Amino acid sequence: MANKIPRVPVREQDPKVRATNFDEVCYGYDEKEAVLEASRCLNCKNPRCVSSCPVSVNIPSFIAAVAANDFAAAASVIARDSSLPAVCGRVCPQETQCEGSCILGIKGEPVAIGKLERFVADWSRVHGAKKVEKAAPNGHKVAVVGSGPAGLACAYDLAKWGYDVTVFEALHKPGGVLEYGIPEFRLPKERVVAAEIADVRALGVRIETNVVVGKTVTVDSLLDKEGFSAVFIGSGAGLPRFMNIPGENLNGVFSANEFLTRNNLMEAYRDDYLTPVMHAKKVVVVGGGNVAMDAARTALRLGGEVTVVYRRTENELPARREEVHHAKEEGVEFRMLSNPVEIIGDEKGWVKKIRCIRMELGEPDESGRRSPVPVPDSDFEIEADAVIMALGTSPNPLIARTTAGLETNRRGCITADENGVTSRPGVFAGGDAVTGAATVILAMGAGRKAAAAIDEYVKSL
Amino acid sequence: MYKILTKEMLSPAICRMKVLAPRVASAARPGQFLIVRVNEHGERIPLTISDYDAEEGSVTIVTQKIGASTKEICALEAGDCFEDVVGPLGLASDFVGMTDEQLKSARYIFVAGGVGTAPVYPQVKYLKAHGAYVDVIIGAKTADLLIYRDEMAAVCDHLYICTDDGSEGFKGMVTALLEKIVVEDGNRYTQAVAIGPMIMMKFTTLTAKKLGLPIVVSLNTLMVDGTGMCGACRVTVAGKTRFACVEGPEFDGYEVDFDEAMRRQGMYRAEELAEDHKCKIR
Repeated sequence: MANKIPRVPVREQDPKVRATNFDEVCYGYDEKEAVLEASRCLNCKNPRCVSSCPVSVNIPSFIAAVAANDFAAAASVIARDSSLPAVCGRVCPQETQCEGSCILGIKGEPVAIGKLERFVADWSRVHGAKKVEKAAPNGHKVAVVGSGPAGLACAYDLAKWGYDVTVFEALHKPGGVLEYGIPEFRLPKERVVAAEIADVRALGVRIETNVVVGKTVTVDSLLDKEGFSAVFIGSGAGLPRFMNIPGENLNGVFSANEFLTRNNLMEAYRDDYLTPVMHAKKVVVVGGGNVAMDAARTALRLGGEVTVVYRRTENELPARREEVHHAKEEGVEFRMLSNPVEIIGDEKGWVKKIRCIRMELGEPDESGRRSPVPVPDSDFEIEADAVIMALGTSPNPLIARTTAGLETNRRGCITADENGVTSRPGVFAGGDAVTGAATVILAMGAGRKAAAAIDEYVKSL
Repeated sequence: MYKILTKEMLSPAICRMKVLAPRVASAARPGQFLIVRVNEHGERIPLTISDYDAEEGSVTIVTQKIGASTKEICALEAGDCFEDVVGPLGLASDFVGMTDEQLKSARYIFVAGGVGTAPVYPQVKYLKAHGAYVDVIIGAKTADLLIYRDEMAAVCDHLYICTDDGSEGFKGMVTALLEKIVVEDGNRYTQAVAIGPMIMMKFTTLTAKKLGLPIVVSLNTLMVDGTGMCGACRVTVAGKTRFACVEGPEFDGYEVDFDEAMRRQGMYRAEELAEDHKCKIR
């Protein structure tokens, strides 16, 4: 019986060693391990994993190919639906998507779908196996704003269907959050991100970096002057939030975005790059999402003692379990049910400590999570020379402000339906720019749906 | 890659370059800035735009050698390329949104300090072209550090020069000269604009306040992306945190917390000194 085989564990770098380097934590499966793990799949007639995948990868089919030792075929199956499998295999929250609905998970451990996807993507990159069919050019130009997961997924599908696609990226390197946000130890930049972007380029997609839409060009100028038939906006949620507590502008207080961008995109952790980053001794990270975990583990690798401060309990942490587990293994401390009220500086204006208040859980809020309530007179202080705010991000208002007729909601998110159709004909949007900060795979799913809507729109012109 | 069309040294430590960046050139407005990266390993360095020519597709930048990255910039020659040039960033100066009617009755006094003189130039040029009256004060430590003297004289109504040591023009600081021009000489202005080192903008603002003159300053804060993503450029303006990169770089001088801004500018001084030292021993 296939499901009698226990889930094949994945090899990882020793926590003590990896806490001092930026190399990838997880080694991934080798061929033997992958084939064994793939043999656990029951190949369900009605595969619940597929419907839980935001881009609907044909999971049983690719896993069957792995089990049959045909890794190239597995890669082709995934490539039909996903432009970034080596990325998704690493950063998707599989536990709440494909693996979360795997039948085997009811009584035991679900199939390690994420690790298998990663194995297939890595294998096919090394062996140059990925073949994607592409339609003949149809003569229509489409502009994509942002080269993160939403934009790349949208560009990938449109290019496959014969569109002439140009992606505009504000930063100097394509990838969006995959480049500036997610650290090297979780998502290698050259080996994985750059390689998958090269696959998108290989379909004929042009990526123009250093173009800030809303500043360098506008959506209107792309449509009216540069001859694009439609524009997809996948500009993400790049605006950091702060708490608006006293002391937040002291030296040594950073947004997680700044701290991570310096380290990831600008590679400040490397001696041969010029961008500086603070090597703090005692770091407090505020927040409990994946970004907070990334910031905490990065600060740790730069030599700091790190404490994560979160206002609810471990059960409510929005970060993936695996990330929390990895952070703990590496030595990150957690102070739950604690909320900062003030950051205190020294006489020169540098962070010295952070004052927090104890919290307790009260009634559930609109998200269904019990909302934290301060416990009176429970203030306490934590010594720190750096504080990193990882409180979430909102969409950058730059594009909405410079595009006539593009509606946004009160949180600054672009208003779009489930197919990415906005209030402005010819302008489509998806990913974090529409939903607010979410996941890589949801953004990719939105990019794909918008690609289909754009195809329909352009054909109707 | 963005090709450097021309390069000249304006003083031993300050260079001017014209760079081919057509998209930036056709969108640029006075008051905005851009970000350059010298090479793959370089920092993103924000620089104010000193001039732009949409037809030629070029932008002009002026850089003073201060740290490792600005030294790298000044070491480039005509024919070399920047790895990246992105912009224009930030908001255009307020007067770009004003009508010619409004500008015709406006009387501007610009106070330019050191390398901050360069971004004053496109502002003066724009204002003169739209009918405003414009005087300019350029201040520097010594005469050989003065830049844009002839260019500015050609576009403004009156050019005043001051140097700390009196080697050219008025002997003393820009603040003393501003006070003299207004109080002793009886010149009347409706708006002052100061661009230069943070400390100079702070004291020029105090002088302007004393004279009852509204003043705009252009803040050269730390930045990484320059698009509102990182918040390294946070400044307190009228008691509120603002991002200089997208809500600035120009703000009402009366409302800026200069002491905080100066402190935040020095956030990476230790790292910068270490980097500089490393470059010297290489």
